[in-house]
Amino acid sequence: MPRIVVDVMPKPEILDPQGKAIVGALPRLGFTSFSSVRQGKRFELTVDGEVTEEILAQAREAAETMLSNPVIEDVVNVEVLA
Amino acid sequence: MSELPLIGEAVAIAAEPRLAGARIGVVTFPGTLDDRDAARAIRLAGASAISLWHADTELGEVDAVVIPGGFSYGDYLRAGAIARFAPLMTRIIDAANSEAKLPVLGICNGFQILTESHLLPGSMIKNDHLKFNCSNQILRVENNTTAWTSDYALDQEIAIPLKNQDGQYIADEKTLDALEAENRVVFRYVGANPNGSRRSIAGISNAAGNVVGLMPHPEHAVEAGYGPETPGGAGGIDGLGFFTSILTKIVGGAK
Repeated sequence: MPRIVVDVMPKPEILDPQGKAIVGALPRLGFTSFSSVRQGKRFELTVDGEVTEEILAQAREAAETMLSNPVIEDVVNVEVLA
Repeated sequence: MSELPLIGEAVAIAAEPRLAGARIGVVTFPGTLDDRDAARAIRLAGASAISLWHADTELGEVDAVVIPGGFSYGDYLRAGAIARFAPLMTRIIDAANSEAKLPVLGICNGFQILTESHLLPGSMIKNDHLKFNCSNQILRVENNTTAWTSDYALDQEIAIPLKNQDGQYIADEKTLDALEAENRVVFRYVGANPNGSRRSIAGISNAAGNVVGLMPHPEHAVEAGYGPETPGGAGGIDGLGFFTSILTKIVGGAK
């Protein structure tokens, strides 16, 4: 069954405390090449049947109104998984 | 909700029919924790506490609403994000924005629900130190003209508990400047900033002053001997003023 993927990231200007904690822990495991980490969210919306333009529009609206908070987050990607 | 005996008799205002006629709703969502404490604080102030359920489609006859703390829907998605779309929240948002300007107080998770509802600007993210914070916190009351703070003196310092994980208040600089210019920063943390909140903001109001949200918990500081005690303070009841303030507004008392 087709799935629509929605990716949400904290806005660039917002400090991401979780990402900061992760980047602090990586060198302790020997991963020293990464200067910054930002943690976002990925949602997979399963559709029973064909993904029409209308359903995709609904997914975009859900992403903007519920899956993300525009004060602190950006929807960076909405796409259909084959 | 069964009536618990009131322990803090020293602070309980003698119940007057005029006061008990004031009906203050307390909303319970799945995962709400502090609804009973909020109801108790309302009764200690002398008003009647009305239990409201998130799935209700009608608000009923209430003069004000408290959205209490806890972890509605386990803080899934974002703190307050799913509760914001509860049927009752739609009624509360409409009533708060209506001509009648229903007074609404959001405490902790309730504050998060109010920002997710866009009744209050900004948002809360994880504490900057990433740890759950539980402490007695001193706040300065910087606006005593809201529906929920009129019984405090301007710049009065009060001590009430603070307990949260996602308590860092953030908004863009333009919004923060507007909040300051419009005197809508109602509470500010005194001393070290406990969670990285912008400009040490602990609580804000909407433009009309009927909607107030804050992270610390006034409902846990309403009985003598139970709230944080500070030298020269009121003996652990610094939070009671929220509930007497709204009662004063509802019954139209002299102030």
